[in-house]
Amino acid sequence: MSETMAEALPEEVTPVLTTRATGRAEVPQDSSRFYLAHEHHPENGTLLGFWIYLMSDCLVFACLFAMYAVLGHSYAGGPTGAELFDLPLAAVNTSLLLLSSITYGFAMLEMQRGRLPGTLIWLVITGAFGAGFIGIELHEFAHLIHEGAGPQRSAFLSSFFTLVGTHGLHVTFGLVWLATLVVQLGRRGLVAANRRRLMCLSMFWHFLDVVWIGVFTFVYLMGVLP
Amino acid sequence: MITRSEMSQLLLGRLSWDAIPFHEPILLWTFVAVSLGGAALLGAITYYRLWGVLWRDWFTSIDHKKIGIMYVVLGLVMLLRGFADALMMRLQQAVAFGGSLGYLPPHHYDQIFTAHGVIMIFFVAMPLVTGLMNFVVPLQIGARDVAFPFLNNFSFWMTTFGAGLVMLSLFVGEFARTGWLAYPPLSGIASSPDVGVDYYIWSLQIAGVGTLLSGINLIATIIKMRAPGMTLMKMPVFTWTALCTNILIVAAFPVLTAVLVLLSLDRYLGTSFFTNDLGGNAMMYVNLIWIWGHPEVYILILPAFGVFSEVVSTFCGKRLFGYASMVYATVVITILSYLVWLHHFFTMGSGASVNSFFGITTMIISIPTGAKIFNWLFTMYRGRIRFELPMLWTLGFMITFVIGGMTGVLLAVPPADFVLHNSLFLVAHFHNVIIGGVLFGMLAGINYWFPKAFGYRLDPFWGKCSFWFWTIGFYFAFMPLYVLGLMGVTRRLNHFEDPSLQIWFQLAAFGAVLILLGIGSLIMQLLVSYLRRESLRDTTGDPWDGRTLEWSTSSPPPAYNFAFTPRVYDNDTWADMKKSHYRRPREGFIPIHMPRNTGAGFVIAALCAACGFALIWHMWLPAAVTFVAMLVATIAHTCNYDRDFYIPADEVARVESARTRVMAAAHV
Repeated sequence: MSETMAEALPEEVTPVLTTRATGRAEVPQDSSRFYLAHEHHPENGTLLGFWIYLMSDCLVFACLFAMYAVLGHSYAGGPTGAELFDLPLAAVNTSLLLLSSITYGFAMLEMQRGRLPGTLIWLVITGAFGAGFIGIELHEFAHLIHEGAGPQRSAFLSSFFTLVGTHGLHVTFGLVWLATLVVQLGRRGLVAANRRRLMCLSMFWHFLDVVWIGVFTFVYLMGVLP
Repeated sequence: MITRSEMSQLLLGRLSWDAIPFHEPILLWTFVAVSLGGAALLGAITYYRLWGVLWRDWFTSIDHKKIGIMYVVLGLVMLLRGFADALMMRLQQAVAFGGSLGYLPPHHYDQIFTAHGVIMIFFVAMPLVTGLMNFVVPLQIGARDVAFPFLNNFSFWMTTFGAGLVMLSLFVGEFARTGWLAYPPLSGIASSPDVGVDYYIWSLQIAGVGTLLSGINLIATIIKMRAPGMTLMKMPVFTWTALCTNILIVAAFPVLTAVLVLLSLDRYLGTSFFTNDLGGNAMMYVNLIWIWGHPEVYILILPAFGVFSEVVSTFCGKRLFGYASMVYATVVITILSYLVWLHHFFTMGSGASVNSFFGITTMIISIPTGAKIFNWLFTMYRGRIRFELPMLWTLGFMITFVIGGMTGVLLAVPPADFVLHNSLFLVAHFHNVIIGGVLFGMLAGINYWFPKAFGYRLDPFWGKCSFWFWTIGFYFAFMPLYVLGLMGVTRRLNHFEDPSLQIWFQLAAFGAVLILLGIGSLIMQLLVSYLRRESLRDTTGDPWDGRTLEWSTSSPPPAYNFAFTPRVYDNDTWADMKKSHYRRPREGFIPIHMPRNTGAGFVIAALCAACGFALIWHMWLPAAVTFVAMLVATIAHTCNYDRDFYIPADEVARVESARTRVMAAAHV
């Protein structure tokens, strides 16, 4: 028993004495081996928690992708993806979002160097790319609805608008969050709490990028296949 | 210009005086009774000047113990509502034969069985499970609180406001008439144009966010905040089951969120996900909702298994038999619970091979579950069993649950399921496992940890009355349903033609009355225990000769749980400490870092519920306003950087020496 205990003991604790005859642990004189005499600060769980949240969000997208996989060809006599999708526009949109991920990465590099102005500038640029992405997406949606290919037209269009729209909604919330953080950074600088928040938003932003690559491939590219 | 009627449309949507059920005498009297009771309660709180205490010490508290207690209170209050529904159904089915139509018209009866299912699963079982996990897990792992204390408070209020919306539907508008999973196309806008399904959707969405966040919170807590030395395989079994349950929550609830969003889009925007026309596919809804729904039943039962493990080991005075196999069984059940969802609708017609696959995976689940039963039995074997209340509930569970498990395996055989699908046999089966498993588990847990939470034990006499009424009542209420189900009686009917069936329904109604006495005894037990609290007082902090860390601190524990973070060397840490003649530290206290209370969780959740209410009634303007207010409140909360403080060492020393005096006085 004492051997397994000694393994489990952190370095700073004196191991329990054992009597040679029985090999059993003696009654310790000091109970302090059962507690830490200093304040214990567990590692902050925010990044892990946020990561788990992202995985749960990933499941929401998984459901929407599954709906699209099942209903993506239920045109109900209406227009198909090949007739509707404007690939060059989707390509521009994709590059905007991918660039925004790179610029967010630059913001994080600046944060690591402890440079507030650089961080803020790259965040604003990221926001501009994100806003451009949302603008183009809204334009695309408005155009489709105007042509009579709205979400009510067929199950295919319902699942298309919901999948792409949910992603767009996430980006929109990301923009609100980004704006909030820019203000908070301006007011408090790169304090630990703000750095943690920047890390979370970073994960969120890159996650949306990954989801979009799925959308672009699965919806747009495969949608225009003959 | 906006006209007056357009303005009232924007503000009030479809809400009008017609929504208040003046014409339904049952509802009207319920409303009168609830209003009087509510007024009396609010009046009493005001008279005794408790609002400040409630707000400061409870509603805004981010202490995991208080939040856990509030969850359990919510679960017990909602149990009364859910059980009232059950009693009404049993009475209706016992009298509505041949010429007699009973007292509940179909329109009302359908709302009752829907509300009963929704309330019992989401607002009774879930809060009880979450409450116990919240209270116990940080104590068992030697932590001061959960990983995200504010989020914990917010989750609780989201769950509570979700429950509030369901309750509101009783008096404003109506609830869904679709069954507890609201299958389309019945739940679509064409078949259910009124607000019932919308109440269903928004109350579950709001409560679901709370559940998901609390799942993330507890996973992060268990992964990151265990006391030094507590490796994963040294965690108490309840903490293990809590970990697996929360992993299931995080992996299942997003699916519910997604599928309910899709149903709302069908209802609000006219999309065609689950419609019969324009290419929709209603079976996608059924698949998705059961991909959430099946893990959900394991979310409920795993913590109950954890409670039984703690109880059996404590009351037999032995280390749990087969700790490692218990952990592996829990993990295997966690994984398998994802591979069985299709057994809820073998009759969909997915073909023999698909049905066989899901039938076999379902049967396989009985293997780890059976391993658990044997582990508990072997723990009891040659143990010094003390038949205290938690142990009684555990024994009741072991017998009852095995019967439910066996009928479950029976239902897992697809050809048998084709006969029994949608029958009362199924209803009997899932009540058998949920009452005999989850509910008995939660009552075992409440009896077990109550002294830890409040500092005195629960009265054993009324506890035993409750146990025997519940157990015998359960058998009377549900064994007849197995018989009826085998005879082919389908569920959810409010009238029967064949008079030869009536006796079985009367027996079931008698069982429901016994359960009523069981619930009455439970209330008496709480009341009597409170009145006799001095003679039931636990001064040791360890009333049951417990084995895990929560019993090493005082009852109730101080806000900071442990004056010093414990070190762990063994599975049964506290048993190990007692064996090694551990002595409480009396000096050398240090300041303790703690999170600060905040009302933000309450405010944001209340705005969320207001937004949900507005959406239910199509009140677009209030919906937009409350939504924006919610965003603003959230952002305002993130601007608060002052979230923690230190409990000074003097204060810790004062609390600890008070406990030393109490313990010394008890030993004299």
